[in-house]
Amino acid sequence: MKMLHQFANPTRFLRLSTRVEPWALVVTVVCFALGLYYALFSSPVDYQQGHTVRIMYIHVPAAWMALFCYTAMAVSAAVALIWKHALADVAAKSTAPIGAVFTLLALVTGSLWGKPMWGTWWVWDARLTSMLVLFFLYLGYMALRDAFDDPARGARASSILVIVGFVNVPIIKFSVDWWNTLHQPSSVFRMGGPKIHPDMLVPLLLMAAAFQFYYFWLLLVRMRRELMAQRLRALRHRQAEH
Amino acid sequence: MKGLMAIFRRELRLAMRQSTDSAMVVAFFIIAVVLFAFGVGPEPNMLAKIGPGVIWVAALLAAMLSMDRLFQSDHDDGTLELLVLAPVALELTVCVKILVHWLTTGLPLIIAAPLLFVMMNVPTEIWPVMLYTLLLGTPVLSLIGSVGAALVLGARRGGVLLSLLVLPLLIPVLIFAVGAGDAVLFGQGAKANLLLLGGMFLASLALAPWATAQALREAVA
Repeated sequence: MKMLHQFANPTRFLRLSTRVEPWALVVTVVCFALGLYYALFSSPVDYQQGHTVRIMYIHVPAAWMALFCYTAMAVSAAVALIWKHALADVAAKSTAPIGAVFTLLALVTGSLWGKPMWGTWWVWDARLTSMLVLFFLYLGYMALRDAFDDPARGARASSILVIVGFVNVPIIKFSVDWWNTLHQPSSVFRMGGPKIHPDMLVPLLLMAAAFQFYYFWLLLVRMRRELMAQRLRALRHRQAEH
Repeated sequence: MKGLMAIFRRELRLAMRQSTDSAMVVAFFIIAVVLFAFGVGPEPNMLAKIGPGVIWVAALLAAMLSMDRLFQSDHDDGTLELLVLAPVALELTVCVKILVHWLTTGLPLIIAAPLLFVMMNVPTEIWPVMLYTLLLGTPVLSLIGSVGAALVLGARRGGVLLSLLVLPLLIPVLIFAVGAGDAVLFGQGAKANLLLLGGMFLASLALAPWATAQALREAVA
């Protein structure tokens, strides 16, 4: 815990992040190169879905990241509310648009996959629907954050909102499942190990790693930018006072 | 306890003096449902099929419309700061305000609902179940709505924002409430749905006042 508090110092964070950033970018690019090669060229064609199965290598990691980002936001928001770490709040703010775009990506790729497989762009399937609700939760967070003239007030209000939303996400998921289910059950995380063939699992995991590192890299860039913007604002205020 | 009673009486008196507010919420509820009849056509079987869902969606929207008056006027005239500073726990004050809000908006909606059951040709065998779902579900709308209402205090376009924040969180209530009616029609009985709705009511009763109170403290800080 003490170590975490040390990292919460914005200046130390800026120094560290400038050093980590290029490495994160390199790992991202390598993972994407390997992952995309395996996913697009070297993995087998599904016996039922044909080449359409390759959409999965984008779709599934995007959906995982959509959930991961919301969790990260909720944890950051809780840390920001409890220990008043400014950095945690910056992390939550910077994560929101990234998570929203991952959610949108999962929705769009799901819809592109649905057209040849189910015959329509959109079905009110349980997983698609709960992803859509998650997208609304992201939008609500960003809208609330921007709705105040005082940025600190927006930060605290949206932190509470994201925690309330986090408690609700499993309930929404469960209720939407109850409401309707057409989607195939999860085939990677399940009792008795993954059911998916290794030839498809390897590119999937590579792509998941690529998405994860991409998020990490983008988060560092956005957080740095946000911290700079805050300093600039503070400087302008000081200048205006003189 | 004495303080809570005083707040209860104050809230109730304020709501009674502005009773047109409650009437407007009910009027909106009825008009919204009637619009659906114009939208989809007067065919009785069609209306019976969509009736419970339409009535519930309209109740949800009507509850959202009434939500901003929960804290807004207190925030504007400074009463909210006194309520936060009062020796009564803010969580309990919030509970009392939500209770009065439900008595003056949720309850009138439930009383008006049978009229809409007749107009939407809802099958009589699901009338009692639909009333139970409204009885269990509308307090959840008030409870979760109160969190949103407290969060948007002082925001630009609070009303529209409130809907964006709260409506996604209320989807489960809608699903189980309308599911209860369908379950009766399919002959399965509505017990599971009603128990789940009751669970949501209790969970939101336990958790929502904390979040609302915290949001109020932030709003006046």
